[in-house]
Amino acid sequence: MIIATTSGPFTHKANTVQKVMTTVLLALLPATAFDIYLFGWPALLLFAVTIGSCVAIEALCLSLVDRPAKITLSDNSAVLTGWLMASSLPPWSPWWIGLLGAVFAIGLAKHAFGGLGQNVFNPAMVGRTVLLVSFPVIMTSWVAPHPLFSAGSPGVSDAIAITFGGHMPDTVSAASALGYVKTELSRGIPVNQSMTQLPDLMDMALGYRAGSMGETSAILILLGGLFLLYKRIISWHIPVGVIVTLFLMGTVFHYFDPTRFTPGTFHVMSGATFLGAFFIATDYVTSPVSKSGQLVFAVGVGLLAWLIRTFAGYPEGMAFAVLLMNAVTPIIDQYTRPRVFGRSRKGEPLPLSKEKP
Amino acid sequence: MLMAIGSLTAMGVTLGTILGAAAKFLAVEENPLEEELKALLPGSQCGQCGYVGCAQAAVALAKGEAPVTVCPPGGKAVIEALAKKLGVTADLSEHEEKGPEHAFIIEDLCIGCTRCLRECTTDSILGANKLMHTVILDTCHACSKCVAVCPTEAIVMQPINVTLGTWHWSKPESGQHLH
Amino acid sequence: MKLFQIRGGIHPDYRKEQTSEKPIVAMPLPAALYIPLQQHIGAPAEALVAEGDLVKKGQMIARSQGAVSAPQHAPTSGRIAAVAEIPAPHPSGLPQLTIILEPDGKDEWTVLPSPIADPFTVAAQAIHARVAESGIVGMGGAAFPSAVKLTLGTQKKLDTLLLNGAECEPYLTCDDRVMREYTEEVIDGARIMAHALGAPKIIIGIEQNKPQAIAIMTKAVASIAGVEVVAVPVQYPMGSERHLVQALTGRETPARKLTADLGVVVHNVATARAVHHAVRFGRPLLSRVVTVSGGAIRDPRNVEVTIGTKVSDLVEFCGGFAVRPERLVNGGPMMGQPLPSLDVPVVKGMSGILALTAEEINDSPTNPCIRCGTCVTICPCGLSPVEMSSFIRKDNLEIAAKLGVMDCVSCGSCSWVCPSHIPLVHYFNYAKGMLNDQDRERRKNDRVKTLVEARTIRIEKAAEAKKAALAAKKTAAATESIPAAPAPTAEEKVNA
Repeated sequence: MIIATTSGPFTHKANTVQKVMTTVLLALLPATAFDIYLFGWPALLLFAVTIGSCVAIEALCLSLVDRPAKITLSDNSAVLTGWLMASSLPPWSPWWIGLLGAVFAIGLAKHAFGGLGQNVFNPAMVGRTVLLVSFPVIMTSWVAPHPLFSAGSPGVSDAIAITFGGHMPDTVSAASALGYVKTELSRGIPVNQSMTQLPDLMDMALGYRAGSMGETSAILILLGGLFLLYKRIISWHIPVGVIVTLFLMGTVFHYFDPTRFTPGTFHVMSGATFLGAFFIATDYVTSPVSKSGQLVFAVGVGLLAWLIRTFAGYPEGMAFAVLLMNAVTPIIDQYTRPRVFGRSRKGEPLPLSKEKP
Repeated sequence: MLMAIGSLTAMGVTLGTILGAAAKFLAVEENPLEEELKALLPGSQCGQCGYVGCAQAAVALAKGEAPVTVCPPGGKAVIEALAKKLGVTADLSEHEEKGPEHAFIIEDLCIGCTRCLRECTTDSILGANKLMHTVILDTCHACSKCVAVCPTEAIVMQPINVTLGTWHWSKPESGQHLH
Repeated sequence: MKLFQIRGGIHPDYRKEQTSEKPIVAMPLPAALYIPLQQHIGAPAEALVAEGDLVKKGQMIARSQGAVSAPQHAPTSGRIAAVAEIPAPHPSGLPQLTIILEPDGKDEWTVLPSPIADPFTVAAQAIHARVAESGIVGMGGAAFPSAVKLTLGTQKKLDTLLLNGAECEPYLTCDDRVMREYTEEVIDGARIMAHALGAPKIIIGIEQNKPQAIAIMTKAVASIAGVEVVAVPVQYPMGSERHLVQALTGRETPARKLTADLGVVVHNVATARAVHHAVRFGRPLLSRVVTVSGGAIRDPRNVEVTIGTKVSDLVEFCGGFAVRPERLVNGGPMMGQPLPSLDVPVVKGMSGILALTAEEINDSPTNPCIRCGTCVTICPCGLSPVEMSSFIRKDNLEIAAKLGVMDCVSCGSCSWVCPSHIPLVHYFNYAKGMLNDQDRERRKNDRVKTLVEARTIRIEKAAEAKKAALAAKKTAAATESIPAAPAPTAEEKVNA
């Protein structure tokens, strides 16, 4: 026998970081598969390049700080970051967008802060935001769906040309729903009128429209999110908080001025709402640890996303909203600590009641 | 353009003035450094540092005349606390962490001269003239003054052993390589 | 009866079926018994015997020292082989003073204190004294001297005795079997204790995964007024004193206070049984039921073991190891302490001996914390393990203390659930130990400072007194001589 160097407990739940990450990837699979189908081979290539770059950059960063690479890489966190970031890119973007995004997401947002568990900002969103601000044209060149195996879909060699050669065919760009409404508004066309030009809610839900891979299929993403809830990977607080806030803000303001504000249902169904609510805002590392903190965080994300979508210069506000709330997470954590057993919220021992029952 | 320069300059001057006024009128009262340093030292006036007492050692530390490793019985904990307070890095290369010790009288060598009794800073030695002396462990704080005065070199410093009552788990090893 | 919610908690794999249906078997006496002088919280007992003494069964061989202590008794008749230091059943492996007894095979009883015929009419004092001299300590694992706990009735107004039959740890079934096989003894002991505490009501809390125990106990108390059996939800750590009280009464024990301050005292069911034996028959605590289980044990069982039996003998009685165990644990897998070897004695607080395999332990190398927050959700004490452990890792124990690490009961739920397998409870045990050390040192420093000041003042006073005496002498000498002496020179003044 050995003198023990570890204290108990001597039993553990069969749970590892790798299991958690893999389950999230599984939840994303249906939506991603559908989107690759919608946008064809270039989308698949972009996915591969982005995820591959993320893994490579992570291995590089780990070797630079002399940490064992194999253990950390096998927990699939870099793969998940790459996957989520690729989901938010225009599907026919050139390969170097994926690579640069990986550099900023993994290198800057994750490892410069200390690696897994130490980052303040959501790495996928940092990657996306840096790309958006640096390459606004490419990052807003949405294509209309060109389903795989259909007439308009590029073949493999064409796909390679698009992704690696940078030959973006001019005639295929289309606006995302949010982008269209904003542009029309800036031209003076009221919201209720421009909305009639868009595919109706059902189509948006099913996802047959232009947008990033994450934006397109709301229903499949919702299903993935519900799967995560079922597996207890996430709890209901953040998704419900984000969606309900967005819905309420949209509905209330649309009621007062239907020509200026889009309705709640539109907000919920369009853009990256579901992806953001279920997969991005729920990122463990950058969201608060307590349940009440998560609610506060979620309401903040919903509010900011609505504000940015409605008043700011960018059509989609989810990424910025998440990043802004990430900055506030530590202070939310500090103020939403649970109450300690036997103590009041202030930390004083509970008073003994005067009367003994 | 003049508008821009003018307005930014005005803002800068105003805000800077506010900051300056706040620094003056809202300044936080700090305790004198010496008092704080003295509080960090063990306070047993053993004199191993070479100064008369802990207060004098604190004065020397505040002036920068004494290194933070000046207090032997304080150990690593005191060195690091002093270093933190003074904002310097502690040079631990020469430092040997001895751990808590106590004096022990080897009874075979003790001649009952009472010199250690009178020297002990906390009256922790029990005994009388021509009778066996012994150290009360509860209050011996290892200042080592008794060791020097014993004519027969009967006193040695021994480490305080951990008992079932004082043992506790050490810091977990796993995960240290990660951060 | 209305039940209340407790915060958090986990649902581990209980694995009780290995031993829950196995009746208690008595183990034959081994060749030697090792009775440590300290098997309880408090001061060690003082040996009353020496090498060569002959003792009878039940004879007191070590007496309590001080207010919080317990005596030790000879578990059988025989000869004292030695009073020596042997390794304690403690993770440190440190030695402790132990009485080594060689049984003579005759198993002769000593003259026992007379049974208390009607315990419900005697003064509470008599029962406290009987429990104290019988060496009874908390058998749930804490091993707090039960007599001291029983005196709480004299200091506080109590309304309930809560009997803890929860047994929420995985593998352990000793309390379950005791309730099923010695039902009457447990209930009688409980009623005696309630009388000694002055508590009118008895609640027996049993987790719902023990349906037979609940049924048997409920039937047995049906005809007794003031005693109720309540089935509590299966939730670890339901057996924690404060949480059981909250679940059954809704009252939350304030920090740093006892459940007795709320009017409730909690005792283990096996302790109740021991009290029954002490009061009704005058018999001291000489044996206990231990669950021997775990994947590495060939024949897991519940065994009635004589106190002082070596764990190696006990394991041998259960068929020995089928495979080499990864860990030997004293108690349950969640809060149990690792044993340094098999060469340690069974003591009064040992509810289980587990020989666990690596698959059962299911540990893996530690990963960085991913801030999933599960530890915060399940902590039954409302603490934030994620925050506390990161501060402790950076040696910032003051902030950990402010966050409440001293309120942690070390239940282990957080470590169990952590996906990164961070040894959270180990960090907290370390922090608590360090903070206690610092506290001890602070108090010692205060004592030292007081002594140093007192000595300085004394020496100064002595010096002043000496000066004053010398000056008085000089004045006296000066007034005696005629004529007036010349004024002292500067040199003389200095030498005075």
